[in-house]
Amino acid sequence: MRANTRAGRNKVEVRDVPDPRILNGRDAIVRITSSAICGSDLHLVDGHVPTMQDGDVLGHEFMGEVVEVGSGVDPARLRIGDRVVVPFPIACGACAACAAELYSCCENSNPNAGIAEGMFGHPVAGIFGYSHLTGGFAGGQAQYARVPFADVGPLKIESDLADEQVLFLSDILPTGYMGAEMCDIQPTDVVAVWGAGPVGQFAMDSARLLGAAQVIAIDKEPCRLAMAERAGHTPVDFDEVDVRSRLLELTGGRGPDKCVDAVGMEAAHGSAHISAYDRVKQAVRSETERPHALRQAILSCRGGGVVSVIGVYGGLMDKFPAGAWMNRSLTLRTGQCHVQRYMKPLLERIERGEIDPTRIITHTLPLDEAERGFEIFKNKQDDCEKVVLKP
Amino acid sequence: MRRRGRRLGWLSFALGVVQLAAPGAVRRLGGVDDSARSRAVVPVVGVRELVHAAGLLTSRRKGAWAWTRVAGDAMDLAALGVALSRRDGGRRRRLVGVTGAVAGITALDLLTAVQATREARTSSPPARGVRKGGSVELTATTTIRKPASEVYAFWREVENLPTFMAHLEQVRATGDRTSHWSASAPFGKDVEWDAEITDETPGEKIVWRSTGKAAVPNAGTVHLTPAPDGVSTEVHVVLVYDIPGGAVGKAVAKYFGEEPHQQLDDDLRRLKQVLETGEVVRSDGAPWGKRARAEFPQRPAQPLSDAEREKGADA
Repeated sequence: MRANTRAGRNKVEVRDVPDPRILNGRDAIVRITSSAICGSDLHLVDGHVPTMQDGDVLGHEFMGEVVEVGSGVDPARLRIGDRVVVPFPIACGACAACAAELYSCCENSNPNAGIAEGMFGHPVAGIFGYSHLTGGFAGGQAQYARVPFADVGPLKIESDLADEQVLFLSDILPTGYMGAEMCDIQPTDVVAVWGAGPVGQFAMDSARLLGAAQVIAIDKEPCRLAMAERAGHTPVDFDEVDVRSRLLELTGGRGPDKCVDAVGMEAAHGSAHISAYDRVKQAVRSETERPHALRQAILSCRGGGVVSVIGVYGGLMDKFPAGAWMNRSLTLRTGQCHVQRYMKPLLERIERGEIDPTRIITHTLPLDEAERGFEIFKNKQDDCEKVVLKP
Repeated sequence: MRRRGRRLGWLSFALGVVQLAAPGAVRRLGGVDDSARSRAVVPVVGVRELVHAAGLLTSRRKGAWAWTRVAGDAMDLAALGVALSRRDGGRRRRLVGVTGAVAGITALDLLTAVQATREARTSSPPARGVRKGGSVELTATTTIRKPASEVYAFWREVENLPTFMAHLEQVRATGDRTSHWSASAPFGKDVEWDAEITDETPGEKIVWRSTGKAAVPNAGTVHLTPAPDGVSTEVHVVLVYDIPGGAVGKAVAKYFGEEPHQQLDDDLRRLKQVLETGEVVRSDGAPWGKRARAEFPQRPAQPLSDAEREKGADA
């Protein structure tokens, strides 16, 4: 089959690789009908996530049709022919973390748990197409994928919704929603979201859905800010203004009540010398993150507010504003998204027309053009916001 | 030992001279000639090698100097890792070769350092026939979301042990409390022994030990206690055994990633997987389940070919 694989630092290549097969009794094989390129795929290809190898199949946002199931899969839950969206964390459904609905902390799904433990203190769940640190599972930017614990994770789509309406239930819509949900939004709240990429857009939409009085989008890309503004959010261009000052102006000096970091480790800063400092440290691996968004969020949030982090961080960061966090009684909440917790409720919202996930799709390409998709996405060319791949 | 230390000293001397006299050739051979930083790093490493050489060749405390070589090697491997992450193609292949060579030298340095340290601690030659190795006690623990009775029953059926213990090939019950075990030790040596259960309390405890002339005398205890959540069972395992080759075997095994503590942690993780999910989890990068750790760096995360699947079935 054809699959998009890492081909070296900053390179991807669509190659012929073997077809996936059942390895364990609870596996299924899915014929993929749609997949997507995620912002966090860029971290993998850039070389900021350790343990990636050339030849690793990328992709953790995919959906399709079940074409094969292992002997251990409960037919009442999944059978050949089902149309499914596959969540990016692989969850066993049986451990204490899964019982607590903390699926991205699944205690059983990562065969390389010992390696992850060395990096993070405790293991994390297996994740499709996301380095050997999270298990070394082949991803879904391919024609077929093997799905472990297939009777636990995949969400069956039984309505006639198009792929584009449900594909993002695999990651970025639940991730954005979780970012907003962790804020404990009240009707009087102003919510500021750093990063108007796909996850940020969904965090903003979710904040509005959960009743925020105002939602502010912080980015520098004109097309992203325009997309947010068309959805009813207030744009702030950090290349043009000092973010904290602008946020104070918009909130009568209080600061936003709730802040969401939807950027993660590769944030950019409007000030050239500050950006260069962290970029140099990241390049020589003495810091793995460029956490401008998180620093700004902590310093801008009103006292007693919540800072919610859903952008991806992978290791160590410098100059965390611990004093501001502690002295002003901020709550910091975060997590790799527990997608399985949110898929069904969000599907219902899509069916009721409360959320339109298709609004962020700017490009649809055949799988064989994944390399071009990565390039325009990474370099923000052609007003690119989200790329969907069709095998 | 003194002779090996001197050999290492001369090796350091040769490496240092080459890196100082012909740094350009070294950089090209190693695949780092495209980097301005390597222009400075290679001669610096050369000077360091000469310092190692002086120490190893002239000092009585060769053990300490050998450990400085191990530290230097660790720095080299870290630098090579960074260089590798930034290159592909022919340069990367040459770097992989150099990294492999440095890893081999590191193993030799580590062996020398460990031996030297052990010799320094020995006050008198051991009596003929007395084992040089010492015993090692390993502990590991996990919590399994199953009742204690189920965990106990699974472990008590000794033929289940190879499904999650990485180096056990087979355990065959030979009686109600006796069994025959075979295992692969680090570096592919196979060992076999008989064992017996010496004490047990259903749902709580199993104690066992090897019997007869085991090449790897060993004993173990598993204790089960209820976890606070009222649903799960805490599993506490203690193993006592001699690693083949004693402390040297342990040092070398650790370097190659087969440190027994890590192995036992991974074994209990797999026990948890089997009891909670019914299977040992396998990915495309780590398709052989319980041998996952031994396979780093792993194969790429892409589906297995038919040939690989067949090989796995036999492995």
